[in-house]
Amino acid sequence: MHITDTFEPKRLLAADPDITARLAARQAEIAAGASVSTRTRAGLMMGGAVLATAALASDAFAQGLPSMVVDILNFALTLEHLEAEFYVTGVGTSGLIPSDMRAPFDQIRKHEVAHVAFLRGVLGSAAIAKPTFDFTGGSGSGNGPFADVFRNGQTFAAVAQAFEDTGVRAYKGQAANLMGHNDVLRAALRIHSVEARHASQVRRMRGQKGWITLSNSGGLPEAAQATYKGESNTFQFILGQADSNTQAMTEAFDETLTKSQVLAIVAPFIAGGR
Amino acid sequence: MTHTHDLPGEAALSTGLGSAWGGSNRREFLMLAAKGAAALGVAGSMSGCVIAAAGTKKLDFRDDFGILNFAYALECLESRFYTKVCEAPPRDLRPGELQVLQDIRDHEIAHRRFLKRSLQILRVEVPMSVWPGIDFTSRSSVLNTAKAFEDLGVAGYNGAGTRIRLAEFLTIAGKIVSVEARHAAAIRDMLNPNSRDFAGDDVIDEMGMDRALEPGEVLAQVQKYFAEPYRAVGL
Repeated sequence: MHITDTFEPKRLLAADPDITARLAARQAEIAAGASVSTRTRAGLMMGGAVLATAALASDAFAQGLPSMVVDILNFALTLEHLEAEFYVTGVGTSGLIPSDMRAPFDQIRKHEVAHVAFLRGVLGSAAIAKPTFDFTGGSGSGNGPFADVFRNGQTFAAVAQAFEDTGVRAYKGQAANLMGHNDVLRAALRIHSVEARHASQVRRMRGQKGWITLSNSGGLPEAAQATYKGESNTFQFILGQADSNTQAMTEAFDETLTKSQVLAIVAPFIAGGR
Repeated sequence: MTHTHDLPGEAALSTGLGSAWGGSNRREFLMLAAKGAAALGVAGSMSGCVIAAAGTKKLDFRDDFGILNFAYALECLESRFYTKVCEAPPRDLRPGELQVLQDIRDHEIAHRRFLKRSLQILRVEVPMSVWPGIDFTSRSSVLNTAKAFEDLGVAGYNGAGTRIRLAEFLTIAGKIVSVEARHAAAIRDMLNPNSRDFAGDDVIDEMGMDRALEPGEVLAQVQKYFAEPYRAVGL
C-alpha cells in the first residue's frame, strides 16, 4: 500500500529551483523581525521546517493538498471554531463558571483558540468562514435543550463535555484518511490527544469518570446521547472481546465517529454559515 | 534452519487472525505478517531455534509489527506498574484515588491483552520489569511515575502514528492513545487539582498540541524499567 503524497517538500523544491534562495532570504527577513502571515507563523510554530517551507511558499500548502485533506482540515476547523467561540464566550461571562473550574476552562479556551489559528494558518485562503453558532443546541432558535448554557455553569460544563467527547471521536475517525500526509496526520494526532485530555478533565469536574463506560452519556441529557453511540463496542480490529471485563474493555478503547455522524451531532449548535 | 513450511504470516492467519480478512486487506496483512515474521526472526520457532538471543529484544520499526510490539512493551510496563500499585496501594492515597488507579490498571491490561492477541507468534516477549527509584508506599512517587508513563505513552503513540502502514492499526492506535491521554489528564489533576496541569504548558505547546516522540526517544526513557535492553532497528 502506497499513498501518493501530493505535498512533498522535496518535490516542491524540485519544481521550483529558485524557491530555495527566496525562502532563505525570506527566513532571514523573518529572523530580522519582519512580519509574517498567520499561515507562515503556524507553519513555523508547528516545529517542522516542512510546513514552514510550504507556508512561506505563498499558498503552496493548501493548494498542494488534495481536496479530501482540505475538506478534513475544514471539518476540523468547523469543530474548533465551535469550541473556541464556546469557551471564549463562557470564560468571558462573569459569574458563569464556578471558581474551581475557571483555570481548567481557561486552559481549554487557550488550546481551542490556538487550534483555530493553526488550522486557519494551514488552510490559508481555503479555510471556511466561521459559522454562526447557537450554543443552546436550538439550530438558531436560541432556545434549544441547553437554553441556559451561558447562565448556568453546570449546563456550560455539560455542553463542554459533549463537545470534547465528540471532538475526540471526530479526529480519531479521520486519522486513517490522512495517511501519507505525515505533517497533517502528526498535527491531527497531537491535537486529538489534547482534546482527550480536555474531555477527561471536563468529565471529572462534572463528577464523572474521565473515560467513557459502555455507551453511557456520562450524566448528559438525552439530547447528547448521539455523542456516545457505539462507544460500547468490544470488537476491536479483527478481534472480538479480548478481555473478560466488558466495562474496562469499553473504557479502554475510544471509538470513532464518521464525519457525517459528527456533523449531525453538531448541527443543532450551528445557526448558519456552514 | 529451514523454511520449507508455511510462512509464519500464514500460520498466524490460520490460527484465527485471518478469518475476518479478505481481498486486499488480507493480502496486505499477509505481506506485512511475512515480512514482520522474517524481520523478527520468529521463523526460527518452527525449526527449534531460540527466538531471540538472551539479552536482546529486537524491535524492527520498518513494519507495523515492530510498532505494535513497541506498543505492547509500553502497555506491559504500564499494566505491571498499576497492578503492583493496586496490590499494595500507598496509604496516603486520597478518597477515590484508588478507584481511578484500578480503572487505569484494567484499561492497560485490556490494551496489553488486545496487542498480545493481535501479534500472536509475531510477539516479542517483554523482559521482566524493574522499578528503579519508585517508592510504591508513597502517593507522590506513585502518581508522579504514573504521570510520566501516561505522558510518555501519549507522546509515543503520537510519534509512531505516521510510521503505521495499515489503516486499521492507525485507527486502533488512535482508540488507545486518547484513553492514555484521558489517564494523563486524570493523574495530573490528582496531583494538582483544578489547575491547568491536566493539559499543562509543560506538555502542550503554544499551538495547543501534545508531544510526539520518536520510538527511539521513548525506548530510551523506559529502558531502565526493563531487565534486558531493547534494540531498535529501522528507525
